[in-house]
Amino acid sequence: MSESLLIDISKLGRKAYCFPVLDLPRGFEQALPEIPQELLRQKPARLPEVSELDVVRHFTRLSNQAYGVDNGSYPLGSCTMKYNPKLSEQIAKLEEFTSIHPLQDISTVQGCLSVMYNLLEDLSSITGMRWGSLQPCAGAHGEYTGLKMIRSYFLKRGDVDRNKVLVPVSAHGTNPASAVINGFEVVTVASDSEGLVDMDDLRSKLDSSVAALMLTNPNTLGLFEKNILQISSLVHEIGALLYYDGANLNAIMGMATPGDMGFDVIHLNLHKTFSTPHGGGGPGSGPVMVNEKLVPFLPKPDIELTDSGYVYNWELPDSIGKVSMFWGNFLVLVRAYVYILRMGSEGIRAASMHAVLNANYLKSRLKDSFEIPYAKGCMHEFVVSCDNLKKRYGITAQDIAKGLIDCGYHPPTMYFPSLVGEALMFEPTESESVETLDDFADTLIALLERAKADPAYLKGCPYTTPVGRLDEVKAVKEPNLHY
Amino acid sequence: MDSIPQELKYSKDHEWVRLENDKAFVGITDHAQSELGEIVFVELPPIGERFNKDEEISTVESVKAASAIINPIEGVVVEVNEDLDGSPELVNTDCYKNYLYALESFSRSDYDELLNATDYGAYLESL
Amino acid sequence: MVYPYIPHTDEDRKKMLDAIGVASIEELYEGLTEELMLSDSVPISHGRSEDEVLRMITSIAQRNSKGIPFLGCGCYDHLIPSTVQALANLPSFVTAYTPYQAEMSQGLLQAIYEFQSMICEITGMDVSNASLYDGANAASEAASLMIHAKRKATTVLVSSTIHPFALQVLTTWATGAGHRIRLVSEHLGVADFSQLDAEITDDVAGLIVQSPNRYGFLEDYSGIAQRLHERGCLFAISSDLLSLAMQKSPAEWDADIAVGDTQALGIPLGFGGPSCGYMAVTKALMRKIPGRIVGATVDAQGRKGYTLTLQAREQHIKREHATSNVCSNQALAALMTTIHLSSLGWGGMVEAAQQSYVKAHYLAYHLAQLPGISLIWDSPFWCEFPLVFSDAKRMRKFLQELRNEDIFAGVRLSSLTRKPQDELVLLVAVTEKRSREELELYLAAARRVMK
Repeated sequence: MSESLLIDISKLGRKAYCFPVLDLPRGFEQALPEIPQELLRQKPARLPEVSELDVVRHFTRLSNQAYGVDNGSYPLGSCTMKYNPKLSEQIAKLEEFTSIHPLQDISTVQGCLSVMYNLLEDLSSITGMRWGSLQPCAGAHGEYTGLKMIRSYFLKRGDVDRNKVLVPVSAHGTNPASAVINGFEVVTVASDSEGLVDMDDLRSKLDSSVAALMLTNPNTLGLFEKNILQISSLVHEIGALLYYDGANLNAIMGMATPGDMGFDVIHLNLHKTFSTPHGGGGPGSGPVMVNEKLVPFLPKPDIELTDSGYVYNWELPDSIGKVSMFWGNFLVLVRAYVYILRMGSEGIRAASMHAVLNANYLKSRLKDSFEIPYAKGCMHEFVVSCDNLKKRYGITAQDIAKGLIDCGYHPPTMYFPSLVGEALMFEPTESESVETLDDFADTLIALLERAKADPAYLKGCPYTTPVGRLDEVKAVKEPNLHY
Repeated sequence: MDSIPQELKYSKDHEWVRLENDKAFVGITDHAQSELGEIVFVELPPIGERFNKDEEISTVESVKAASAIINPIEGVVVEVNEDLDGSPELVNTDCYKNYLYALESFSRSDYDELLNATDYGAYLESL
Repeated sequence: MVYPYIPHTDEDRKKMLDAIGVASIEELYEGLTEELMLSDSVPISHGRSEDEVLRMITSIAQRNSKGIPFLGCGCYDHLIPSTVQALANLPSFVTAYTPYQAEMSQGLLQAIYEFQSMICEITGMDVSNASLYDGANAASEAASLMIHAKRKATTVLVSSTIHPFALQVLTTWATGAGHRIRLVSEHLGVADFSQLDAEITDDVAGLIVQSPNRYGFLEDYSGIAQRLHERGCLFAISSDLLSLAMQKSPAEWDADIAVGDTQALGIPLGFGGPSCGYMAVTKALMRKIPGRIVGATVDAQGRKGYTLTLQAREQHIKREHATSNVCSNQALAALMTTIHLSSLGWGGMVEAAQQSYVKAHYLAYHLAQLPGISLIWDSPFWCEFPLVFSDAKRMRKFLQELRNEDIFAGVRLSSLTRKPQDELVLLVAVTEKRSREELELYLAAARRVMK
């Protein structure tokens, strides 16, 4: 059943909310200065006029047509869809946090600053970095911030000609985009036959015009870049910096640190690794963490602990400046801090180990049914290819994904990374039990067998959803973007 | 096999150029259109502006891809194919008939440096 | 070994390791050489039980002090209907990812479509995206859009009356990326456009202004759009979304880009985040707007449905040709605004804006009667206004006296700009949530100090 738009059941005169009656002395309104007519709005906006129950039913029904981690398994590769603890939600709703204004006097926000300071300390320990900033609101925002700092670092040194950022072909699309919007030229580095950075290609592209190499480790194929120390010294030898995309930190948290690998600046995705909910596309949080070299360039203000409590430090002459309106997505930071407190040092290590265990187990369950192009070892995620299925049966990665929807699962990531044809990328996370993984694998294998026998069936999937596959060409050619 | 008309010249970015009177018409090749799939939008460049060789001049989009059009020869845009505004799929239907834009006072030497059909064919083979 | 949020038993681990064919999980980390593998656990504390964490954080939270906030400057304490928290907390909204799989995400997609529709209605623009991080980042994205929309442009004009933090975020955006920000000066607390024609040089891509501005004043943009458009430049207006219930919409000023925050509509203060930025543009800029966009279309049976669309603009397709890197946005905060606006309707939105206006003017009128403080400049304002104190000592005393009554009296402008000339300016914000009692409490305390 499709749900109407709320505007379509709107009826003038219905109200879902009443304001208190204005209780100023009588006549004051008449004495008000007038806003000049030319500054006043002329045309009313068309918003729904409905009852409170209309609103409640509408959004409840919409939520019934959405699917989150709380609904079921969500092996969306590179997105780390782990369980979002209820305790974090409860604590993020404490009025002592939600009702605090960002510009209150510093003496009245010591609790908020304590959370942020302690979170920064813990994230520094977990990543092996020196310090960081919590201002970036998402992973891509963290990349933007990190690359700004890299730019400032070189400008400060008078090294003005470093204009290139190297990005592996398997990188997330945000990496090259973040580099370009910071004015860098992007140079792509090839992958070798194992799916790792091609060392010869890397060497040939490293010269004094390179500012940084951006790496995800493990990479988007779920493979650990085992040459990382060698990569790090090659990059540093030519005076460039090494950037870590933290999207896949969930594989190594507590086992190894980006700091030890030689990374100079990293961003984290608290909404992936540190269990804060994705909210249907945000708000996330993308802190940047840096080593000693880049500390002076961090966004401002910094938070410092002094004898009189926590204070902001704005006196940072080399800082890149602010990257957010206020201090970052604070209520997301609270949730991540709760997660770290709950898990502790052993717990975060266990989370990574079990994420890796789960991915390897699922891979072992699927390896006889699916082609796995870079089969040698995987960490917290792996990528299968439907190239052969497409050739033999006409079955695509998208078909498999849509079939899984009918089986009650969220599909894996499709068509990424692009160096695997008809890719499906699975990241089960540590949250799933062996029973869930077994059921998922059995379901997927059965779906595949059925599809081989009857490809037309799979082409029609999904059947159980409010709508079937949508006409995306029509959506683009005849854009209908608002009511 | 991609079709490569003999009478046109080509860039390595998969644009073709056809001279007609004093104008140079520019479009995308069969190879380019088939790589993109169903084309849903063509951004047309502003008339009257001079673009350099190798400058990004417009974009052609399909649902899941976007391709920058790299201007193959320096010149001033004097005409755009307005049929593509409502029917961008014409580029799929006949990419050599449906040009994107035309240039005037273009660089003759840039034109001379373009590939001929045979060389472009060989270039495609090498990819 | 029992860890929170990890369901594995010893038996499970054994079964799984056997199936994989390794003896231990550590073996799966073969790529990690010995020198990289941590020999010890990372130096953070040990895990805690739910109860321990709850006690600990509650005690940390109590180190914050609540008060009656007359604070604004981009974050406002408005009334929020109970529907917002109840519905935005439904778990399938909270724990979903970006709706890549449209068929199983129709509810999320439709909610975003309704958000976009409301943003278009309120700003009067043609196309809205699914949200951006905050108003300051929305302004930076507007600047990027301008630069990419005009060939060879390097410079964006920005009014010196925009929020000081938004200006700082824009400055960060420009630095090192080859862009320039050039300030348009101010006169009597509003942007001064008397030199605009000379300021629009060939390198200029467009102009960004803000109303209500950093002081709370409403600005007059008569004729500005035309002057920009004649020179091939774009015009962006940043506004608190709620203010558009009263003041002219960006479309009514003939702007090309509307940006700002939706925080005033359904999003709690939360120490400043998450907020929610919005951006809406004219049809001509539809393919240049950054971020996610949802569109309506049909399935094979002709049933109406919603999907992410115009994706060829985005980073995951364009990679190094992209003009923005935005992917995750503030979806759940945008949902709060959508539920809030659905609950208020246009009538409620206008009432919130008007009551804020009336109450702010009530407080301003009575404060202006007191010796030692004055309202600088005579420009029209909406719900926030600047007070100037005669000296720093009285200002401190004023803030302290009100603090003693649990009133946060306002934001010192110098705390945002860090400029000595702003030292004596206090920005006071009043929303419809401030009761008559709270207003009188404020006035009584003020009268005690400023006799």
